[in-house]
Amino acid sequence: MKKKLYNETIYRLLIIAIAIFSALFVGAILLLIAKTNPLKAYHIMFTEPLSGKFGLTEILVRAAPLMLVGLGIAIAFRSGIINIGGEGQIMIGAIFGTFIALSFPDLPTYILLPFIFIASFIGGAIWGGIAGWMKAYLSVNEILSTIMLNYIAFQVYMFLIRGPMIDPKEVSYGTGVPQTALLSKNAWLARIVPASRLHAGIIIAVILAICVYIFLWKTTIGYKLRAAGAEAKAAKYIGVNVKNYLVLAMLLSGGFAGMAGAIEVCGVHHRGLESISAGYGFSGIVVALFGGLHPLGIIPASAVFGLLIVGADMMQRSITVPASIILAIQGLIILAIVSSQIFFSNIAIKEKIMTKLKLMKPGDKDDS
Amino acid sequence: MSEIIRKLEMRKITKKFPGVLACNNIDIHLKSGEILALLGENGAGKTTLMNVLFGLYQPEHGEIFINDKKVIINSPSTAFKYGIGMVHQHFMLVPNLTVVENVALGLIGKRIFKLNLNEARSKILEVSKLYGLSVHPDAYIWQLSVGEQQRVELIKVLCLGANLLILDEPTAALTPQETDELIILLKKMAENDRSIIFISHKLNEVKAVSNRVCVLRNGSLVYEGKTKEHSVAALAEKMAGREISMPTLKEKSKATTPILEIKNVFAKGNKGTMALDDFSLTVNKGEIVGIAGVSGNGQKELADVINGISHIESGKILLHNKEITNQSPQKIINKGMGYIPEDRIHEGTISSFSVKENIIMKDYNKTPLSKSLFLQNKVIEDYSLELIKNYNIKCPNNKTSCGSLSGGNVQKVILARELSRKPEMLIASYPIRGLDIGAAEYVHEQLLEARKENVGVLLISEELDELLDICDRIAVIYEGKILDILDRDIATKSKLGLLMAGIKDEKKVI
Repeated sequence: MKKKLYNETIYRLLIIAIAIFSALFVGAILLLIAKTNPLKAYHIMFTEPLSGKFGLTEILVRAAPLMLVGLGIAIAFRSGIINIGGEGQIMIGAIFGTFIALSFPDLPTYILLPFIFIASFIGGAIWGGIAGWMKAYLSVNEILSTIMLNYIAFQVYMFLIRGPMIDPKEVSYGTGVPQTALLSKNAWLARIVPASRLHAGIIIAVILAICVYIFLWKTTIGYKLRAAGAEAKAAKYIGVNVKNYLVLAMLLSGGFAGMAGAIEVCGVHHRGLESISAGYGFSGIVVALFGGLHPLGIIPASAVFGLLIVGADMMQRSITVPASIILAIQGLIILAIVSSQIFFSNIAIKEKIMTKLKLMKPGDKDDS
Repeated sequence: MSEIIRKLEMRKITKKFPGVLACNNIDIHLKSGEILALLGENGAGKTTLMNVLFGLYQPEHGEIFINDKKVIINSPSTAFKYGIGMVHQHFMLVPNLTVVENVALGLIGKRIFKLNLNEARSKILEVSKLYGLSVHPDAYIWQLSVGEQQRVELIKVLCLGANLLILDEPTAALTPQETDELIILLKKMAENDRSIIFISHKLNEVKAVSNRVCVLRNGSLVYEGKTKEHSVAALAEKMAGREISMPTLKEKSKATTPILEIKNVFAKGNKGTMALDDFSLTVNKGEIVGIAGVSGNGQKELADVINGISHIESGKILLHNKEITNQSPQKIINKGMGYIPEDRIHEGTISSFSVKENIIMKDYNKTPLSKSLFLQNKVIEDYSLELIKNYNIKCPNNKTSCGSLSGGNVQKVILARELSRKPEMLIASYPIRGLDIGAAEYVHEQLLEARKENVGVLLISEELDELLDICDRIAVIYEGKILDILDRDIATKSKLGLLMAGIKDEKKVI
């Protein structure tokens, strides 16, 4: 059994390595077109972030929101819903949290921070819940509704930080940068490594990941959620109200994305600003898939994605590569990883390759 | 049109799949005008062997000869070129096209961009006249019954010029009458010098239709010979590799205490029409009541409304004198109702869940399996292992996903779950459909065991043999009503067959 698990892990890592390698190969062509040495570029991308305090802490700064969004996406996926609405849910969560932080600046940290996180959770949950309710009771496709809700959330968010919630200083100086006032220090997440941006959010995210694991696999509600997602007909047959569980899944999914908003506000920026999400709502989907839709897989997956983001930033800065090429390479890596899922889900292909690689004897039944 | 196949030989065919030897060194041969039955349990390699012949799979070893010439068949279109046609178990028809259009799709080849509808129509008329197959060429596939769709499949294959037909479990979805018609048709085709390979695990049909029989077991040919030289029981034994005796009910039930009472129920089906139309029936404790009927006459709705999965318009359903009408499935389950649903893959189990998780599907929220919302893994582990042992479920371990088990073992998981809950009443919908004979025997034994323990059983089935074997009474459902209820001592196949066709008064037929 142990040996089998070991071989299984080797197989997984091998496939992912091949996927990333092929993406990088195509990316190298793009880099060559941009007259850059791909070897040098990749060297910076993958070693620089890991070779110093700055890089390592930055990776974890990115990993925290990715992890939260990824957890939310995984809950939705496990319940049979594809939540593309992370972006919007992050923004609504961020604005709810910011509003609380600005309204009660003098509350002590240990009361204010939980309060902010709860508010962000509720904000995201409302935004996710709308899509869930529309799917359950009006049969509106959730992919459509969540994408459309992203647009609405973005406009609502921009309206608030440009108008009613704009930093009074921006108005008085006449600069008009769309951002809210700075939060009081009571609302800041503690920095856990001195002279870096790394904040306690990463710890919160890891704890929540473990909670989600326990929730989905060790509780009866989690059991019902997964049943409703895996086979709605069977869930109905055992008396699960599938529609309600669909809405519940989207409430939780949106709530986690909302908390990712709070983490960015309280941990990194200390205010609400225009580019609060940095695309985490979408990258979170890939993190969730990459982590096998399993909370404990999402923890390392979000770190890997943090590395990708930070590495790409560093590559862009140290050798002047156009930002668009960096985005293209990120996209390629995501595509490659998502495509490689077939090597895990298709048992026939998996058995064939594993037998060829001598990781498995022919005739061994795969029962994963 | 290709040369007629006078003689087909498959020599030493071996086909491997990862982890399975699907066909092991199999030799079969066939002459024109002959009907060969390929008999075997699920997973014996029948379909694989035929897919090799039809060019869907390439064998690792072995050769195919047609009229003593070696041929290589590497795709279905090559197979068609040699005059081999196959009717699959699941029909390969486009539902929103007409019969003519479906046939014309297969005739494409000469002109890629034009469907030759006129040619298709004339071929259809020619073929249907030859065999007396009545099909409306302009009907849409979705409008046709399963039996009619099968006729279209046959016509399609014949129009494409096949003179060797492979039929993969052709009777699986047919009513007894449709099956009889098919058998007559196949015999007529054989008389016209076409050869037929008939895949089945239903012994009576094999006996009725074939000249010769090849029995496969675990990928090997274990027997080949003339059909008429063997009894049904002998063939069953060869197929299963051991003696099989389908259990039958011996003594009549004396039960008189009603456990399930259905009174004047009206319920709508998917299409919005009344699927149950003034339906009344009572099942007593310790009694198996059969519901016979052509599928689509309200059986699915009946099982659903009893279990609270869909609601009724009016009427009453009582379980043990307590009203369960339109209650939630959860409540009905807790009142002692067991249900083996028709769709064991999507409804009875969750394929991606482990055997363990499937076993607790109905009791996960009860102590000791869970305490205040938390699943108790230790208890669940022991409980599932106990059931796996008691019900002889064959699985590598209790964490194996249910979807990777064979149909028989999936059904055992469901039986284990439903029966170990000690229900007062059990609804079993088509419990042996698609199962091989060994698994079917087990299911029937369990149902009879439940009856002995005073459980009321409602058995919904289309297979008259099944109903006549184990039911105390058989009710026939037709268009959402009970047409008649026959006691086991007076029920016969022909009586039931007529009732299933909606004919109550026999004199009117003549």
